Amino acid sequence: MAGIDKRSTKRDGKGKPRMSRSSWRETRAALLFISPWLVGLFGLLLYPILASFYYSLCEYSVLEPAQYIGLGNYADLFTDEVFWKALGNTFYYACLALPLGLVMAIAVALLLNTGVRGMTVYRTIFFLPSLMPTVALAILWLWIFNGDYGVLNYAVSSSTGWIAGQVGGLGHAMATHGMGLLGNAIMAASQHVKAQGPPWLTDPSWSKLAFVVLSLWGVGHAVVIYLAGLQDVPVHLYEAADLDGASWWQKVRHVTLPTISPVIQFNLILGIIGSFQFFAAPYVMAPNGQPARSAYFFAMMLYDNAFPYLKMGYASAMAWVLFVIIMMCTMAALKLSSRHVHYEGGA
Amino acid sequence: MQAKGRFAKLVVQVVLLAGSFLFLFPLLWMISTSLKPIEETMRTPPEWIPSTFQFGNYWRAITYQSDKLGYIPFLRYTVNTLHVAVLAVAGTVVSNALVAYGFARLRWPGRNLLFALTLATMMVPFPVVMVPIYVIFRHLGWIGTFRPLWVPAWFGSAFNIFLLRQFFLTIPKELSDAARVDGCSEFGIFSRVILPLSRPALAVVALFSFLYQWNDFLGPLVYLTDQRSFTLSLGLQFYQSQHGGTEWNLLMAASTIVVLPIIVLFFFTQKTFIQGITVTGLKG
Repeated sequence: MAGIDKRSTKRDGKGKPRMSRSSWRETRAALLFISPWLVGLFGLLLYPILASFYYSLCEYSVLEPAQYIGLGNYADLFTDEVFWKALGNTFYYACLALPLGLVMAIAVALLLNTGVRGMTVYRTIFFLPSLMPTVALAILWLWIFNGDYGVLNYAVSSSTGWIAGQVGGLGHAMATHGMGLLGNAIMAASQHVKAQGPPWLTDPSWSKLAFVVLSLWGVGHAVVIYLAGLQDVPVHLYEAADLDGASWWQKVRHVTLPTISPVIQFNLILGIIGSFQFFAAPYVMAPNGQPARSAYFFAMMLYDNAFPYLKMGYASAMAWVLFVIIMMCTMAALKLSSRHVHYEGGA
Repeated sequence: MQAKGRFAKLVVQVVLLAGSFLFLFPLLWMISTSLKPIEETMRTPPEWIPSTFQFGNYWRAITYQSDKLGYIPFLRYTVNTLHVAVLAVAGTVVSNALVAYGFARLRWPGRNLLFALTLATMMVPFPVVMVPIYVIFRHLGWIGTFRPLWVPAWFGSAFNIFLLRQFFLTIPKELSDAARVDGCSEFGIFSRVILPLSRPALAVVALFSFLYQWNDFLGPLVYLTDQRSFTLSLGLQFYQSQHGGTEWNLLMAASTIVVLPIIVLFFFTQKTFIQGITVTGLKG
């Protein structure tokens, strides 16, 4: 973000405005042009930010005026098991979905950027799923993940049945050759997968993975972004690498990735912010984060407290905790990557 | 980076074909299920091609009648969604173009400071302001109306201001100066010089704003209280929570109906789409 700012002020900040009559006229015109944003910025952003901080120190149900209670909401929050559960689930989801999504998006973009025939058709195919309205997408995946008639588990069980059979055989062999416990466990697990595939949305240990799968399906948006980034990589860099006899992987590692690193960083930060606001899909697919709150995410808990429970003060405290977490994650991402991120023409 | 050699090219093609199948599969399965008779949705092994194409499923999904729940008016939800979307898109384009012009083409004291503040607000996650904004709309008596969903669009948003400002900066200053010499007012320059030259950028903003409104779930969930005023996303979720897990063919038909306009829109505006995503994703 700081990069944009510096660049843009450099471009248009030439000369200091003097207040002659004509520049006063310009200022007046400018105020008229930006007046909608002044209302938006102060009324719908800055005031609400302050108000939400104040509410976070209050007991507030909207129906009655806010009652100041100091740090009570924060104290309650940090001893609330549900809060830690939701926070943990969100981190779990983000830590799997973000890196996997990143690797997959870059891999697909690299493949599309090889001058392959039919590139635009492939790009469209990978992109289409990310256009799905979230509610429709959630319902579609409910059907695909369905335990009884879900097509995914049919595919999983029929294609992995053979593998599971082999692994199960191995487990049996282990059990009969003195590695009883481990062998039995492997046998049981393979039996389970062989029989019906994983119980995606009904087993607490699988439910979060279902959302990771769903997020990977929407990776096409990122593919389009990285593909555009790849097309901007100067050809002469590859030519130089070719002269040095670099392999494909060496070129990816030492030319491509460093050049698109600002794009990766930017999208990673957006991804962090986004995953903490992950709401509509789990709200539709796993009401109340079922089973056993294993799919109860931070934004769902915030919504539940704010609206159904009308605990607006508590929800505001959550929002501020979220704000601090996002800030810290973003700082960490910036710090970590500042060592690796390469900006064209400097730094 | 070109793939060299016949073998490398073949590998790339095969991997991409397999990937394409995985990505298309859920969409095809949705359409396949939406055309099946109910018994066939529960058959194992599942079949790709329905024995009869029940296009009637679509009609039944739109006009679903049930003694207990009554009618789910999809047509009405579409009208509601369009009502919100049209007002919001208009507001987004008009307000952000005006504000971006103020930031890009005029000089005034405090401009850079205010612009920096504007960019900084992009970091504020929506949940932080959600509760106070709800309280404001409650005081205005707007809960249960469409106003909380489209009125804010008329007051600009940091991201779109940034996007349009960057575009306006690329238009040569001489064009404005020439118009000014001819006695054109500032608003005249904005509407007759800058706007016509900025159609591609305005199209990106309009398209993405429309998409956002069409998909938005949290906003309608929070603000709409009467079932008759639901938007498509909210209506679809309501329909699912009422009939969930039973008539999957009708649910898939309803989902297809919600997805279809977006896909059609995409095929007509593919270039704008790709351009928009590229521009919004590469700024780092």
